[in-house]
Amino acid sequence: MPIRVGIPRALAYYEYFPMWETFFHELGIEVVLSAPTTKVILNNGVKSCVDEACLPIKIFHGHVLDLKDRVDYLFIPRLKSVARNEYICPKFCGLPEMIKYSIKENLPPIIDVEINLRKNPKNLFKSFLMIGKFFADNHSQIKNAYEKAMQSHYEYKKKLESGYFPDEILEHKTKWKVHDGDLCIAVIGHVYNIYDHYVNMDIIRKFREQNIKVLTPEHIDSEAIERKANSLPKKMFWTFGKRLIGSVLHIIEQEKVDGIIYIMSFGCGIDAFISELCKIKVKRAGNIPFYLMTLDEHSGDAGLNTRLEAFIDMIRWRKQNESDISAYG
Amino acid sequence: MKVTFPHMGNTYIVVKALLDSLDIDFVIPPPCSKRTLELGTKYAPELACLPLKINIGNFIESIEKGADTVVITGGCGPCRFGYFGEMHREILKELGYDVEVIVLELPNGDVKEFLNRVHKITGGKNVVSIVKAVINATKVSIEVDKLDKLCAQIRPREKTRGKTDWILKKFHHQIGKVKGAKEILRLIRSTASEIQKIETDAKVSPLKIGLVGEIYTLIEPFANFNIEQMLGNMGIEIDRSLTISNWIIEHMIKPALHLRKNRPYEKAALPYLKTMIGGHGQETIGNSVLYAKQGYDGIIQLYPLTCMPEIVAESILPTVSDELDIPILTLIVDELTGEAGYKTRIEAFIDMLERRKERKLNNSEHILFGN
Repeated sequence: MPIRVGIPRALAYYEYFPMWETFFHELGIEVVLSAPTTKVILNNGVKSCVDEACLPIKIFHGHVLDLKDRVDYLFIPRLKSVARNEYICPKFCGLPEMIKYSIKENLPPIIDVEINLRKNPKNLFKSFLMIGKFFADNHSQIKNAYEKAMQSHYEYKKKLESGYFPDEILEHKTKWKVHDGDLCIAVIGHVYNIYDHYVNMDIIRKFREQNIKVLTPEHIDSEAIERKANSLPKKMFWTFGKRLIGSVLHIIEQEKVDGIIYIMSFGCGIDAFISELCKIKVKRAGNIPFYLMTLDEHSGDAGLNTRLEAFIDMIRWRKQNESDISAYG
Repeated sequence: MKVTFPHMGNTYIVVKALLDSLDIDFVIPPPCSKRTLELGTKYAPELACLPLKINIGNFIESIEKGADTVVITGGCGPCRFGYFGEMHREILKELGYDVEVIVLELPNGDVKEFLNRVHKITGGKNVVSIVKAVINATKVSIEVDKLDKLCAQIRPREKTRGKTDWILKKFHHQIGKVKGAKEILRLIRSTASEIQKIETDAKVSPLKIGLVGEIYTLIEPFANFNIEQMLGNMGIEIDRSLTISNWIIEHMIKPALHLRKNRPYEKAALPYLKTMIGGHGQETIGNSVLYAKQGYDGIIQLYPLTCMPEIVAESILPTVSDELDIPILTLIVDELTGEAGYKTRIEAFIDMLERRKERKLNNSEHILFGN
C-alpha cells in the first residue's frame, strides 16, 4: 500500500495544491485531502484552536482533525516566504507549531519543512529535496518530481489568469457556462476566504446566479499586479497582501468593474491594514462602490444575502440613474 | 519643522535626549489618555492592533499642539509594525492633516535613502554630532531601564507603600524641565539614588513574575494598566523581558554595525519554536523558558488583540507551562478592556501562585496547575 500524505483543504491549498499533488504523485505517494469545509470541521477547529486566532487558522485546525486518522503523514510546510524580500503572515510561519501544540492526540508525523525564499529563490528546490527525502533517496527522482511540480504550478496559474476559478480546476467542477454578465464585481480577498464555499457562503455562485461577472485577484495578470504594487511608497512585504492591494490598484486604473467587495476574516492582521489601504485608495479614485465584508465563525447566510442584495441593488440603481448615487457612505 | 513621535513608556525620555542634543524642535505627545485611545480607535482600522490606534491618537494630539512632522521607526515584516508608517501617513492624510511622516528604516537595505531621511530631520547636522547624540541617547535608554528595574525590585519590599511611585511621579514631572542628555542622565541618577534610599523590609521574599509578550503593550503603562506598578504594589517582584535599551542596541545599533547579536532566547525557544515568526513571538517563548529555569513563580503574557506573532506564541505556551511546571497567564488588551476585569484576573492568578508557593514549601504533593 502506498504511503498516504494528508493535505488539509485550507489556507495555501488554494494556492499550491496542484504543485504539491504532482510532486507527491511523481514520488509514488498517495495524496489524501480533507473533506470540503463543513460546520463540523469549523466547530472542531474552533474548539481546538486558541480563541484569538483568525477564522482561516481555526478552519485549518478543523481540517487537520478531519485528516489525521486517515494518513501516515501530514503535510504542513512552514511557509515563511515565497518571494524575495517578502514574507507571509506570521501565523503561516508558526503553523506547524500551532497544530502540534493545539492538537496533541494521535497526530501523525508532520512534514514541516521550511520554505523560505526571502534571501534566495533557489532555496525552493532545497526545501523540496528535504520533503522528498522523507520518502525517496533518489536525488534525480526528486528533482524530476520537483520540475514536474513546478510545471503544473505554472499551468495552474496560467489557467487561473485566463479566467478559471480554483474550484473549477481543483475539484474538476464544470466551468461556468457564461463568463460575462451585465455587471462585473471584483471579489478581493485571500484565496482561502474567497474560494472556500463554506466560509463565504458561496458568494461567487451567488453572483453568478444573478448574472454578474466575478473578477478575482487570481484572474489579473501577475506582472500587472507587481507593477502596481511597486508604485506604493513602501514595498508591501506580505506576498498575498501585495497581490490584493496590487489588484485593487490595477482595477481602479484599468478594469471596468461596477463594484469591489473585499472579503476579510475577523482577526486577520494583514487584511486589517490592506483593506483600509484599499478603501482609502478606492475612495480617492472616486467612483467605484467599495464594500468590506468581515467573516467570522458566526456569519449567517441570511445576513450576508441581505447585504449583498443591497450592494447589488445599489450598483444597479447607479447604472440606471447614471451614477447619481454616491459610491460610498 | 516641529517633530513628534509616538509614546511608548519611557521612550520619550530617550527621544527627548536625542532631539535635545541635535537641537531639533519637537513636541512630546501628551501622556496617553482615554482621549488618545478614543481618537485612535475612531480613525484607525477596526482590526488594527492597539499600538497603531494609540499612535494615531498620539499624533493627533501632538498636531493639535503644533507638530508638523511625524518620525517613527520601521521594519520589513512579517509583523505589522513594518507597515505602521504607511498606515499613519494614509490615515492622517485622509483626516486632512498636512503632516509629513518620516520612517527611519533601511528600505531594502537602501542606506542612501536612510541617510536622506536623517538629513531631512536633522537639517544637515554633521555626522559626528549625530553619532554623538545617538550614543548619548543610548546611554539614557540604558540608565532609564536600570531605573525601571530598580523600581521593580524596591516596590514589593518598601516599608511605606507608594514611596517609589511618588518619586517616579516627581521624576516624570521634572524630566520636562531639564534639557539635553547630560542633565537627563543626572536627573535619572539622582532619582535612582533617592529610590535606593527608600526603607525596605529585608525579610520579605516576594513572588517573582516574568512579563513576556508584545513590546508595546509591555512597555507602555497606559496599554497595560500600569501592570508593573500594580503588581509591585501587590508585593510582587517583576521582571520585564523586553526593554527599550535592549531593543535599540539589538535591533538598531548592532545590525547597523554588523555586530554579533546576543539573543539567548533563541536557543531557549528552540525545543518549542524553531524559527523567528516576526514581532516578538520567539522572544515570548524563549524568555518564558528562561524564566521557568530561573525559578520564577509565574509568567504573564501580554499582547494586543489580533497581534499575529503572539497568537502563535500563545498556542505554544500551554505546553511550555506543562513541561516546565510554571503557571502562565495570558492577558489580551484592546480598547474595550476594562480595568476591573483585568485586575481581577491578575489577582486570581496571584492568589493561585501564593497557594502554590506555600504548598511547595510545605512539600505538599498537590500543587495547582497553570491557568
